Amino acid sequence: MIAPSIVLAVSAGYLLLLFAVAAFGDRRAAQGRSVIGNAWIFALSWAVYCSAWTYFGSVGRAAAGGIWFLPIYLGPMLAMLLAWIVLRKMVRIAQTYRITSIADFIASRYGKSPLLAAAVTLITVVGIVPYIALQLKAVSAGYDLLVHGVEQGPEAAQPWWRNGTFAVTLVLAAFTIVFGTRHLDSAERHEGMVAAIAFESVVKLGAFLAVGIFVTWGIFAGPADIWARAQVFPELQSLMRLGGGEGTAAFGHAQWFATTILAMFSVLLLPRQFQMMVVECVDEHHIRRAAWMFSGYLLLINLFVLPLAIGGMVHFGPGGGMDPETFVLSLPLAEGATVLALVAYIGGMSAATGMLIVETVAVSTMVCNDFVMPSLLRLRGFDARAGGDLTELLLNIRRAAIIAVLLLGYLYYRIAGDAYALVSIGLISFAAVAQFAPALLGGIYWRGGTAAGALAGLLGGFAVWAYTLMLPSMAKSGWLPAAFLDPGPFGIELLAPEALPGLTGLDNLTHSLFWSLLVNVSLYVGISLWRGPGAREASQALLFVDVFEQGDDAAEPAPIFWRGRARLEDLVDLSNRLLGPLRARQMFEDYAAETGVADVEAITADARLVDRVERQLAGAVGSASARVMVASVVQEEPLGIADVIEILDEASQLRVYARALEEKSLSLEAATAELRAANEALQSLDHMKDDFMSSVTHELRTPLTSIRALTELMLDTPDMEAEQREKFLRIVVSESERMSRLVNQVLDMAKMESGHAEWHNADVDMRALISDAVTITAEVFRERGAVAVADLPAQVPLIRADPDRLTQVMLNLLTNAAKFVPKETGRAEVILRVRADDLVVTVRDNGPGIPEAQRAAVFERFRQVGDAATRPHGTGLGLPISRRIVEHSGGEMWVEAAPGGGACFAFRLPLGPGEGEGHGHQGADCR
Amino acid sequence: MGTKVLIADDEPNIVVSLEFMMKREGYEVLVARDGNEALEAIRRERPQLVLLDGMMPGLSGFDVCEAVRADQSLSGTRILMLTAKGRETDVARGVGAGADAYVIKPFSTRDLMQQVRDMLA
Repeated sequence: MIAPSIVLAVSAGYLLLLFAVAAFGDRRAAQGRSVIGNAWIFALSWAVYCSAWTYFGSVGRAAAGGIWFLPIYLGPMLAMLLAWIVLRKMVRIAQTYRITSIADFIASRYGKSPLLAAAVTLITVVGIVPYIALQLKAVSAGYDLLVHGVEQGPEAAQPWWRNGTFAVTLVLAAFTIVFGTRHLDSAERHEGMVAAIAFESVVKLGAFLAVGIFVTWGIFAGPADIWARAQVFPELQSLMRLGGGEGTAAFGHAQWFATTILAMFSVLLLPRQFQMMVVECVDEHHIRRAAWMFSGYLLLINLFVLPLAIGGMVHFGPGGGMDPETFVLSLPLAEGATVLALVAYIGGMSAATGMLIVETVAVSTMVCNDFVMPSLLRLRGFDARAGGDLTELLLNIRRAAIIAVLLLGYLYYRIAGDAYALVSIGLISFAAVAQFAPALLGGIYWRGGTAAGALAGLLGGFAVWAYTLMLPSMAKSGWLPAAFLDPGPFGIELLAPEALPGLTGLDNLTHSLFWSLLVNVSLYVGISLWRGPGAREASQALLFVDVFEQGDDAAEPAPIFWRGRARLEDLVDLSNRLLGPLRARQMFEDYAAETGVADVEAITADARLVDRVERQLAGAVGSASARVMVASVVQEEPLGIADVIEILDEASQLRVYARALEEKSLSLEAATAELRAANEALQSLDHMKDDFMSSVTHELRTPLTSIRALTELMLDTPDMEAEQREKFLRIVVSESERMSRLVNQVLDMAKMESGHAEWHNADVDMRALISDAVTITAEVFRERGAVAVADLPAQVPLIRADPDRLTQVMLNLLTNAAKFVPKETGRAEVILRVRADDLVVTVRDNGPGIPEAQRAAVFERFRQVGDAATRPHGTGLGLPISRRIVEHSGGEMWVEAAPGGGACFAFRLPLGPGEGEGHGHQGADCR
Repeated sequence: MGTKVLIADDEPNIVVSLEFMMKREGYEVLVARDGNEALEAIRRERPQLVLLDGMMPGLSGFDVCEAVRADQSLSGTRILMLTAKGRETDVARGVGAGADAYVIKPFSTRDLMQQVRDMLA
């Protein structure tokens, strides 16, 4: 037993903490530093699914039917597997068309039908109010248990104004009003509320796990101990195996399946789930991760359900008077763990309040937009053309709706009390919202659905639900005569609500779900097919079903199904009234900026603007009301199916053009890049040509200078000494030779570079070729007092190459060596080696050698390395040409240091065709 | 004391012809085979005129010209640039480096002599 003051103080403290968390979330959002912008918070907010019915009821269900509590959580986990497909589509649709509730979603899909919106709202209110009552009851029952202890039953009812539950209801109404109705527009999310709900999800999970751990390892010695001790009670045997659920002997496959399906639908369709998953979704990419996290959350919160249920039964004894639904509280309490009991109570309260807050926000939005607004708009003084800012009024309607919904729930709780109707209401509520499934899921995947079909399906399904589930639950509570159930109303057995013809042997839930969904789907599909969709239904169907194809980007605009005339002033006035002047101004300014118009006054009131305004208004008052409002201030042309098709064609034509344009510009870009690259290559070639020309000119001018100067001098000096004259003439001859050599080599080089050189390939014996070259150059060496020797193998394989060109290479290398070797002691050596697949020729000398830094440059045209003063004459083309010849023959040429400091030129030639690449020049005989 | 002329060129045969011309005119001739040698000779011998080849290994003729012009004590030195590169940029570069005259190879011996006489007048 805990003193009431403590329980109340802790509860009040918890609610204050909740206010603080929500206020923190809202403040951070205002600062632009959102706390809910991640998948973790998003997933935790989904856990609002686990209400007090989960927190207390799972254990109750497990105590009654063993694993039968599981389908309620297996369903959502299965649904999460499809989240990325189904939920993401719902989110995209809702955010594109600013849809704020499930009623709005369904109504908007079927041509923005106000009737449909009202029907969905009605079903929701009827289905959800008892569920709200259940949460209140859980809070109240928990309180009673804590205050009065396990042994005593609750005292006589207190007057309602002194009842704690009533206070909790009012506090929650205040919370919901403060954090749920800050603003009208859906674009601004209820960040504070989401943060608070995520916080509550952590609290309830933590509390439930704490109790589970306490019971399993505190009271008992682990799960095995609980199981072992349960063996004593024959009543508990059935709980620990499949089958035997709810008293039937065989495992109820149909029931299991039905309950799973039901939970699967409800996780998407319950108003609070729609609110959290769809409306409050910050980023649809979070869905993928949140789906896994939410599944994990469900797993965790169910971990200790069976141990708690069985442990409680063992502890109190089966049928020991203690309600299994209170085990979470009564087990710690009975063991004297009062603090833990208090924690458990706060956990239960967080489960209940979370559900209450979100459900109330969602339902109040629906009631305001889909019940009150349409009626209000019909009143004189409130219609669209009347003046005045309606935003405050709208918010007040919503606030009133919140209070009304909560009070309705409280009233139901007071009236229904402990009746059967309340206990089983969780699943009954699920079955009510399951009626939305055909219209909603059909609506986003099937273009053929119509408003009439959806409405008929909804109402039909709802009627069957009421008859087979709702009324029987009332009868079981004693509010209807028992004869209503058995034999049936007016004594007609065929009409028995829980055994409609042809289907007996099913439990009441499966039975009801089967019949209601059968009627629902048949009517929806049947009527939709019987009378095809009208223009507005068809156009909305397209926008919903193909939402992913109609991106928001300007390149591929979604088609706008609207034709008519509108005046800017009317649209501005309307927006001012429903959005408030501030938001309206913002909207028009954004639109002006998007369309590239200088200021708001210059905006053209075309279909696009009307569509934009209508979407924004939909966020505030729901799409059906927005449609009515907009239609009343503009002159619309009624659209026929043909118009819809025409608009669609235009849009797709536009899209084709946009795509073609994009492709064109892409290919243009590619072509530009190619051209630029080609141009750069040309420019660099041109540059190279310039350099080459400049070098050639320089090389030609140098000997020409000597020739001209010396001949002029001889001409002008007839009395020149014969010796001097002869010296001059010798120079002229040698410079002329230098010029012709240069001209020949330039031509050679140019031919080779342009690919016009002629190659006369033959079988070449390199051994013979090298000895010939050595013989030819012997004279040059002798002149300098130097020698050239050849080191050749006895036999070498023939290679395929141009012998004259290779001779040219050998002569070039040898004469180079002859030029550089020191006089008298000069020595050059030619070595030929045969390797596995190539021949390597090395020419090395004992000259000054080539510094390592300059080795790469020796093969560049006109690059004569070394000291010009001491360097012998050359054209600067001999080595580049030699290298070209070797490369053309499939080999490569390089230079390295010879031991003793001389130069060592080497080249290799492949033995067979196609070989010769990829072999290093290791093994050349430079050492 | 006679007029000193420095011939700076790395092509021996061109040096032969220039040397002949300058000697015939009665000038005292100095020869340098590269830029460094030329700059050294200018500083040491203070020639009145330098026939400077633009393209020499090591320090180029342009570099030598710039170095001379940067040295106040050598301000009296006349410089005649000779180059086998006839592109406009090369001429501009020579003038920019501070040469008194710019002659493109191959040159007319008579014109060159006249230019030399004018510069030393």
